[in-house]
Amino acid sequence: MSARDPRRDMPLIFELSTPGRLGCALPDPDVPVRPVAERVPAHLLRETPPALPEVSELDVVRHYTRLSHRNFSIDEGMYPLGSCTMKYNPKIHEDLARLPGFCRVHPYTPPEHVQGALRLMWELERLLAEISGMDRVTFHPAAGAHGELVGMLMIRAYFRSRGEARTRVIVPDSAHGTNPATAAMCGYQVVTVRSDARGNLDVGALRDAMDESVAALMLTNPNTLGLFEERILEIAEVVHSRGGQMYLDGANFNAMLGVTRPGDQGFDVMHMNLHKTFSTPHGGGGPGAGAVGVKAHLVPFLPVPTVERRGDGFVLDEDRPQSVGRVRAFYGNFANLVRAYAYIRSLGAAGLRQVAETAVLNANYLAARLREHFDVPYPRRCMHEFVLSGARQKRLYGVATRDMAKRILDYGFHAPTVYFPLIVEEAIMIEPTETESKRTLDEFAEALIAVAREARDTPDVVRTAPHTTPVRRLDEVRAARQPDLRWRPRRDEPVPGAGRDRP
Amino acid sequence: MPPDLRYSREHEWARVEKGRVRVGITRYAADRLTDVVYVELPAPGTRVSFMQPFGVVESVKAASDLYAPVSGTVVEVNAALRERPELVNADPYGEGWMIVVVPDDPGELDRLLSADDYARLVGEEG
Repeated sequence: MSARDPRRDMPLIFELSTPGRLGCALPDPDVPVRPVAERVPAHLLRETPPALPEVSELDVVRHYTRLSHRNFSIDEGMYPLGSCTMKYNPKIHEDLARLPGFCRVHPYTPPEHVQGALRLMWELERLLAEISGMDRVTFHPAAGAHGELVGMLMIRAYFRSRGEARTRVIVPDSAHGTNPATAAMCGYQVVTVRSDARGNLDVGALRDAMDESVAALMLTNPNTLGLFEERILEIAEVVHSRGGQMYLDGANFNAMLGVTRPGDQGFDVMHMNLHKTFSTPHGGGGPGAGAVGVKAHLVPFLPVPTVERRGDGFVLDEDRPQSVGRVRAFYGNFANLVRAYAYIRSLGAAGLRQVAETAVLNANYLAARLREHFDVPYPRRCMHEFVLSGARQKRLYGVATRDMAKRILDYGFHAPTVYFPLIVEEAIMIEPTETESKRTLDEFAEALIAVAREARDTPDVVRTAPHTTPVRRLDEVRAARQPDLRWRPRRDEPVPGAGRDRP
Repeated sequence: MPPDLRYSREHEWARVEKGRVRVGITRYAADRLTDVVYVELPAPGTRVSFMQPFGVVESVKAASDLYAPVSGTVVEVNAALRERPELVNADPYGEGWMIVVVPDDPGELDRLLSADDYARLVGEEG
């Protein structure tokens, strides 16, 4: 019997450290060794060895294997995360991204030696342009929010080239938080426009806000309520009539693939989260790929370099005088482009359309199963995601959405996005994605219904959830005010490795 | 909800004190935000404009702009909120106040809601 409960109580790797313990024994070097002090200036040399943990190989294996068991992954269960597609990504795409011809390309390899990689980028650009209805696509941005920034920089450069000093950007109240942040980073004043009772952008309010000082409308379609903007053509007309640009936050592109094209809806710029919609692992911090598509009038402002076809081959074009410049080292996260290419080519046009149709079907099926158990703020046919409200449970039983989200963990599911979008009280946002089976959807629906029932019958069980996770409820306020971001030994504990001679 | 205050649709309150206006957010807003962890306020001397953002309140759930219920000059700032932002939750109409403004035009306050009207607004939202 261990003094620790291994399911709940897990030492840090630093705490496993035992002075002198080694993971591996390296042989003595068989070449002449020069002392470190001769090679590194004295002021850069440490006085004492770093406090690295001293552990055996088996300690390391067990430690990280245990840690991995505490992770929740798509390989283990469903992520009903609205707005951030956490769908299954075919494993074979990982193999393809690891083909030596792709994964061993060095960014400084001369273009004539990496024609295959350049051809893949060139072809992927054409495929995404066709799918989105845009004219050109850049692959430099490292993620969606970076794509927004690059897109808005191009819009800014476009207006500057025309000698127009536009100062404002319109963002709906249901927008992703990154949209106003991006506009502000580009120096624009953000104007918020409300949603109407059906969950659409209020076109009257847009008309009132729109004038020649507005550079762009940043819109998400389908929006963060999972609803298609029913008056999108009219919205584009309002914005374009005053010379403004239409920016699409493409986070929800999953719902439109092969069915409708943003370029045909009137958008001038959009970013596509390849790391959601087009098969690359998402979550956990990257790597992402926020490709940005633009209409012809914005092509001169694309970041450099672009991939161009010259004769039988492909080149990197740096000679673009109106470009917004270089936005990232090299060419973005290339391996993600390989995965996206494989996804599009393996599914084909019909397969991509089926992705959208199944995503929408799955979301509507779940919404139908859940709607009598929760409040439904916008009772419309949804797209790939929908938003419920826990207001009823909070009002009647004192059980908040946050409590129910914690309780879902006990049923073996990742919690949905909660408290977003901000315009819905006690919001619960659910996006099942197209890759979940009916059986899984039923299990998830039954878990949520059970939690709703518990909120009524045994509210304390929900309010004190989760009960089965390694840690229960963390102190959110303290975590925000006194973030504990770095381990350091307690003052009375010796630093592992300290006091020994430098090797 | 104190009957003597004026309220904005964005959930700020305004209290007239000898020609000055003290500003905070309502209990309804504080409850909806949940635990407040940070309040960003302007420096004394800053000019604020009617229903334009003058600061930001951050909770464990969301970050929201604070809107000035009156145009004028900030003359006092609640420094206690720097160390104890939780005062906004504990005592929104008292110790959780945010700024004091010398108004340009006290008549502007007539554009705000009465306690009854605000209660009705919140009732609809709730």
